[in-house]
Amino acid sequence: MASSPKTKEVEFQHEIMRKVKPAPWHDDPLVLNKRSFHWVTEKICGIVEGKTPKWWWWCFIIAMFVASFTGMGLVYLVSTGVGVWGNNNPVNWGWAIVNFVFWIGIGHAGTLISAVLCLLKQKWRTSINRASEAMTVFAVLCAGIFPLFHVGRVWFAWWLFPLPNANAIWPQFRSPLEWDVFAVSTYATVSILFWYMGMIPDLAVIRDRATQTWRKVFYGIFSMGWRNANNHWRNFEMAYLLLAGLSTPLVLSVHTIVSFDFAVANLPGWHTTIFPPYFVAGAIFSGFGMVLTLLLPLRAVFGLRDLITQNHIDNMCKIIIATGSMVGYAYSMEFFIAWYGANSYEGFAFVNRAFGNYWWAYWIMVSCNVICPQLFWFKSIRENTPLVWIISIFVNIGMWFERFVIANTTLSRDFLPSSWGYYSPTIVDIFTFVGTFGFFSVLFLLFLRFLPLMPMAEVKMVMPEADPHYGKH
Amino acid sequence: MSKAIDIKYGASATFNSARHVYEAAGKVREEGYSVWECYTPMPVHGLDAQMGVGRSKVPIFTLFGGITGFFTGMMIVWYMNAYDYPLIVGGKPYFSPIYPFPVFYELTILFAAFGTLFGMFFLNRLPRHNHPVFEHPNFGRTGDDRFMIVIEVEDPNFDDEKTLSFLKDLGGKSVGFIKERVK
Repeated sequence: MASSPKTKEVEFQHEIMRKVKPAPWHDDPLVLNKRSFHWVTEKICGIVEGKTPKWWWWCFIIAMFVASFTGMGLVYLVSTGVGVWGNNNPVNWGWAIVNFVFWIGIGHAGTLISAVLCLLKQKWRTSINRASEAMTVFAVLCAGIFPLFHVGRVWFAWWLFPLPNANAIWPQFRSPLEWDVFAVSTYATVSILFWYMGMIPDLAVIRDRATQTWRKVFYGIFSMGWRNANNHWRNFEMAYLLLAGLSTPLVLSVHTIVSFDFAVANLPGWHTTIFPPYFVAGAIFSGFGMVLTLLLPLRAVFGLRDLITQNHIDNMCKIIIATGSMVGYAYSMEFFIAWYGANSYEGFAFVNRAFGNYWWAYWIMVSCNVICPQLFWFKSIRENTPLVWIISIFVNIGMWFERFVIANTTLSRDFLPSSWGYYSPTIVDIFTFVGTFGFFSVLFLLFLRFLPLMPMAEVKMVMPEADPHYGKH
Repeated sequence: MSKAIDIKYGASATFNSARHVYEAAGKVREEGYSVWECYTPMPVHGLDAQMGVGRSKVPIFTLFGGITGFFTGMMIVWYMNAYDYPLIVGGKPYFSPIYPFPVFYELTILFAAFGTLFGMFFLNRLPRHNHPVFEHPNFGRTGDDRFMIVIEVEDPNFDDEKTLSFLKDLGGKSVGFIKERVK
């Protein structure tokens, strides 16, 4: 009964369509080669169920080795004292804040793909969202290391949280650094919840296919007894949509609050209202760079070309052009406002940024972030996968330098020339940071080995067979 | 001493495509069954309406969580910075709904997210690891590429023979009973 007005509408549209004769519109299929549901299940579960590949062990051993750099760096830091890092007057933030903002920013693309693209009904997100969410969670864990140890006496880091302590004092909520504690811990928690909830049906699939007892127990516990019932899906889909709706304002707020760490301070080069949108755009930009860096090799190694198609790569490249251009616009707008605002300190800060003591870092940033992604305008470059991969790494390098430039140019040139300084990292700084890439890789490799790389149910949903009217016409 | 007995849970039929289960679900509802369920490898668009079930109630939990989070944030800031240990910082008021807004905002989202996840678990009655449908020999395929309809014994219209032949008429494959072994 309810369908009669709908069919009328369709007929009406058809009549108009016959008159205007629109050009045919082809939606590229999201899963190539007309694969079946069963193929998707076998492919994704096969990655988890198959024998551990040799390359995995090599990567894992190397990643563990690199991760140990962070461990050693932190042990040395804690046992010796904060002086082993290069931070000193006037640059008291140094690499710790740079690395923190860098890793948090990486995480943002994962949330963008899983939440914002879900709300915008971008169906192509389905095959890349699980891996990107994993990237988010691991990147946030890497980010958390730096502020935690930057507090100096890491065993008192829990004072950041509103917990009663022996001094009977509480955190002070007027400080953006305290807002950051709430933003980042909420972000980490909600990202894990979202990631985990999306994984429950897939864990149940692996549970039902499991032959070994430990698999039955492990996947059984984490799948919570999920049984693919329509009633389950109904609540699951609603919860998924709500979490997407909650994560969208969350992801925007997190980098906004991270930018407040700078923008609320009364320092030239930091105290600008452009910071929140500019940081969010930069975060998404760097995150998509990292998604490409991770997924292009996986696509080749696991033979996922039917699921992560050229179309997916094109879309991600286009988002990189868009956000890269926004970042470029923000760089130029900062200069314009510094001139237009006619504040001599602000003007100096920006001239100093481009031509001062860290000029080299500024121009690495501009070439990686503004010039490099513009290459993606060319189809031939987007279709050249190795080149896309290399550019994605340049995007990551550029975004690390962006945070370096923002944090260090301002601090190293204080108001009084007598307090000027020049920051250089120590070997401990370098090892601790490089080690986080190992830590990230260890977690990501474990994810590949034990958890479903793609949300099977969501991939199946965007296949034509999932339509209850498929094959009728 | 006690002997294991089989208790009938329901009658099941499998289908090979989303379209078949969608059409069959409509007919099960029209037949007047009320205690039954579809098992599908992914959410099938429109199946809720076809089964005659309404909107999910998860948003209530989300809203409740969000409101709790917002006021928890306010309470924390007011209690800590204005009541228990008032501190003058930067000439700002002890308490205001403006400056610590990021704290309220983040806690609203945090609690709402927990409300959503636990609301989903509560409404789905999870975790539950021992459901009778797991006894179906081919249950695993419902997570892969098979679709299943189970009409439960609890249903007032359930009748051993009639229900089985009805499921067969719908075009269901491997129609049979799901039995739970109880010791």
